[in-house]
Amino acid sequence: MAHIPDGLLSVPVLLCGAGVAAAGVGLGLRRLDDRLIPRAGILAAAVFVGSLVSIPVGPSSVHVLLSGLMGLMLGTATFPAVLVILLLQTLLFGFGGLTTLGVNTVNIALPGVLFALLLGPAIRRTGHAATRAALAGLVGALSVAGTGGLVALSLAVSSSDYTPVAKVLMATYVPLMIGEAFVTATIVTFLARVQPDALRPATS
Amino acid sequence: MRLVAALIAVAAISLLHTLPVAIAVFSLTAVVAALHRPERRLWRRLLHVEAFILLLFVTLPFTMAGPTVATFGPLHVSSTGLWRATLIALKVSTSVLILLVFLGGMEPERLGSTLRALHVPERLSRLFVMTARYVGLIRDEARRLTETMRARGFRPRSNRHTWRSYGHLLGMILVRALERAERVEEAMLCRGYAGHYPHSPLPAPRHRDWAAFALVSGAAILALMVDRL
Repeated sequence: MAHIPDGLLSVPVLLCGAGVAAAGVGLGLRRLDDRLIPRAGILAAAVFVGSLVSIPVGPSSVHVLLSGLMGLMLGTATFPAVLVILLLQTLLFGFGGLTTLGVNTVNIALPGVLFALLLGPAIRRTGHAATRAALAGLVGALSVAGTGGLVALSLAVSSSDYTPVAKVLMATYVPLMIGEAFVTATIVTFLARVQPDALRPATS
Repeated sequence: MRLVAALIAVAAISLLHTLPVAIAVFSLTAVVAALHRPERRLWRRLLHVEAFILLLFVTLPFTMAGPTVATFGPLHVSSTGLWRATLIALKVSTSVLILLVFLGGMEPERLGSTLRALHVPERLSRLFVMTARYVGLIRDEARRLTETMRARGFRPRSNRHTWRSYGHLLGMILVRALERAERVEEAMLCRGYAGHYPHSPLPAPRHRDWAAFALVSGAAILALMVDRL
């Protein structure tokens, strides 16, 4: 579960998360051209819808996060996009919370942006489909692992009593990593074949 | 207005430390929620959150040091852990209830102008309105696509074929979304879009709204003060 609800975390963690999220969102917004807002908004809506699809992995089923994919498609604009998606999820479904909005944004967006920045250029440059799929899968899996790590970290830092829960939580991220890796790989391969421009970040 | 009241209430709740106050606040919220003609959906969402709480209940009592209440073989249930888990469960459930009651029925367009009124950066509120507007449309599109898949005999299983099919499904949704984005952008430019919309002004808060705001935030602050004494 990537959405930490209200009432769990300690105040310093909440403030810290909000601060980092504000910085990320600010950066993303400043580099987001006015004319690209429709594109970013509609992509965010598409990712929101994508995250509702439940995908069976082994005995359980997962909802993909698609944070790595967003990092590849939107670049730093992922921060504001994730914030908007989380706000909508809070309002429409009651997932996550208002006070934890900042922490959750950082937990989901930061790994996606980082790994997409690291591996994105290689994904765009390579002409070899299998390499591209493998790299994209790696971005997806690493982003999910990063999110899991950050969620566990924010729980553990809030109070040491949560540490065992955080460990159990990390285990639940393993099926998600597998699903996310395969799905991201397929999406990127598909996009590269159908609309290669889509993989260029919207921010210039 | 409602957004700010909910934020204050939720922030106060996440600072609560003692069990009696948490119980009181939770029952109060539950009563208010019940008065608000609860839909079945609301309770289903609450149940979703409780799954995580259950996880806390399973681990916390065993791992926190404190006086032992019961013993299961080598495991000791400590009362401190049990208290702690109950407290957290109450806090989280209360917050979720507050959010659902206050904001559940709010339409996203209105929220967009609320955000603007709260001086959220212009671009962010525009991004929010844009996303909120297209979620419904794209969801319908996704439903159509999954129905087509099912009509062709697709059954989700845990194998690579399923994952690849879902990847294609999501990829298709994204491609269509991008095309739609292009069309929308062109249409907006045609109508002289220059980086901002005219926003419809919010209705000014009435006395009733102010009273409700004062009541909710007052109750939240009172609960916090009782808690700290």
